[in-house]
Amino acid sequence: MGKTIAEKILSNHSGKDSKAGDIVIANLDYMMGQDGTSGVAIDSFNNMGATKVFDPSKISIVIDHSSPSPNIGVSTIHKKIRNFVNKTGINLYDIGCGVCHQLLPEQGHVVPGDLVIGADSHTCTYGAINVFSTGIGSTDLAAAWISGKLWFKVPETLKLVYKNKLQKGVLSKDLILYTIGQLGAGGATYLALEIEGKAIDEMSIDARMTISNMAIECGAKAGLMKADKKTLDWVKKHSKKKANPIEADKDAKYKEIKEFDLSQVEPQIAKPHTVDNVCPISEVLGTPIQMGFIGTCTNGRLEDLRIAAKILKGKKVNKNCRLIVAPASREIYLDAAREGIIEALVESHVAVVTPGCGPCVGTHNGVPADGENVISTANRNFKGRMGNPSAFIYLGSPATVAASVLEGKITDPRKYLT
Amino acid sequence: MKLKGKALKFEKQNDDINTDYIISGRYKFKIQDPYELAKHVMEDLELDFYKRVNKGDFIVAGENFGCGSSREQAPMSIKYAGISCVLAKSFARIFYRNCFNLGLPAIEVDTDQFEDGDEIEVDLDNGVIVRTGRDRSQQKIKIAPLPKTMQTLLSDGGLVEHFKKHGGFKL
Repeated sequence: MGKTIAEKILSNHSGKDSKAGDIVIANLDYMMGQDGTSGVAIDSFNNMGATKVFDPSKISIVIDHSSPSPNIGVSTIHKKIRNFVNKTGINLYDIGCGVCHQLLPEQGHVVPGDLVIGADSHTCTYGAINVFSTGIGSTDLAAAWISGKLWFKVPETLKLVYKNKLQKGVLSKDLILYTIGQLGAGGATYLALEIEGKAIDEMSIDARMTISNMAIECGAKAGLMKADKKTLDWVKKHSKKKANPIEADKDAKYKEIKEFDLSQVEPQIAKPHTVDNVCPISEVLGTPIQMGFIGTCTNGRLEDLRIAAKILKGKKVNKNCRLIVAPASREIYLDAAREGIIEALVESHVAVVTPGCGPCVGTHNGVPADGENVISTANRNFKGRMGNPSAFIYLGSPATVAASVLEGKITDPRKYLT
Repeated sequence: MKLKGKALKFEKQNDDINTDYIISGRYKFKIQDPYELAKHVMEDLELDFYKRVNKGDFIVAGENFGCGSSREQAPMSIKYAGISCVLAKSFARIFYRNCFNLGLPAIEVDTDQFEDGDEIEVDLDNGVIVRTGRDRSQQKIKIAPLPKTMQTLLSDGGLVEHFKKHGGFKL
């Protein structure tokens, strides 16, 4: 019988011809921890009695979530991480390098066909370049550092097929918010997604990563796309590793195949306080906004900053509102500076902060006040997510955020993109 | 393994209780002591929740418990608050793994049958939960056996102990 992408990658890495439901112990190609999870992983590593990692060239820790450190507690954890990488020889991306999920593909650590874990739930991002990558906890990461392996239950796969094109001004973020609204927060729990269709084929790698990034928001273990020419060209530009693109068999067995028609989809908004609380933007137009945020592993890439600058250039952020932008990596920051994007944003009175997670996780870089409404390109709007349980977070595309901070209220970006 | 305690439910929300609710990012990034973290468990859903936990008690919730981030500090805060086990209709995948890695059982069961304050006895070996209501009525509930991988992790006392015992994965 035919196999899905997930079944093939997990078979290839476990040396066992496996199908959905099997438990396998698989060899990992790469593993990542970040500053919010690595401290606990280091404790587990030490408690397991380990002194060295199995292969330091396959491991990175990224200081991105609370970076640069805003307080002594975080500084203590950062110091612990720096000591650990010095001792074990593993790679560190320190403050200012960027968000882990931008760095792993951009710096060439992960390529099509790889099996990758990260102690961060949005590790599913690299599914966009045909990597089976998934989030795990800190102790799993410690076990992987030591052994180079991890156990997996081979997931069943839900296939999502997108028909027709997105309208102008409707972005990949809108597509994935729409999908999560349809599936629900637990709609794909324990499942891998395979994501395909004409709209996906036409998208850039940046845009595809936005989609795979949010696979976890409907509970999925991975958000896999096939590797087309665009993927392989992109990977070649970023990595020296050999790609091993994996396609599903024609007769692969799926849990379900769902089709979505994109022709009528307008910009989407996830309302407070859950990611699946999604509506078309027309339902919330005019909602007052006090703070905007463009960035994160979902939407802090060059294309995202470019569309924001296009909307904001020559105008000013509304006086009742503020906008924070965090480029997803140092490279993106530099490219955006060279292209004049940073200049346009700063002239529009945007606060550009260090590459990293920015205010997404609520530890630093702009915590909203009680009762304030925030519009953000992040992937989560949980109560308290940005550091204040009395604030309200709306999620949208970078175009929607840029248009909304110009007017100080939720605004359809299409009127700025004609 | 036998566990005994009271059912603790949340008034405000039953389904999709996420890891940001379980332990907020504003604490997990700066506090390393698990007992200190546990003082903030569930804080954004129920202020001072940890004060009503007695050792051995159960968190009882609905669908998709533990959705969201991969933070192991979530099950860690629950465990160090004194909770012996989480009962839910379903769990988010990463949270579920993290629980067993820490030696904290997470059991899928129809939790509509439980009310806040019920006395609960779980017999994991025989797959039975005995629920005693406030009116002292008793109910026996059969539960599906845990997956073998999870049984092994649990009987070893979590993944750290499993690794110490076997020198690697032996699942």
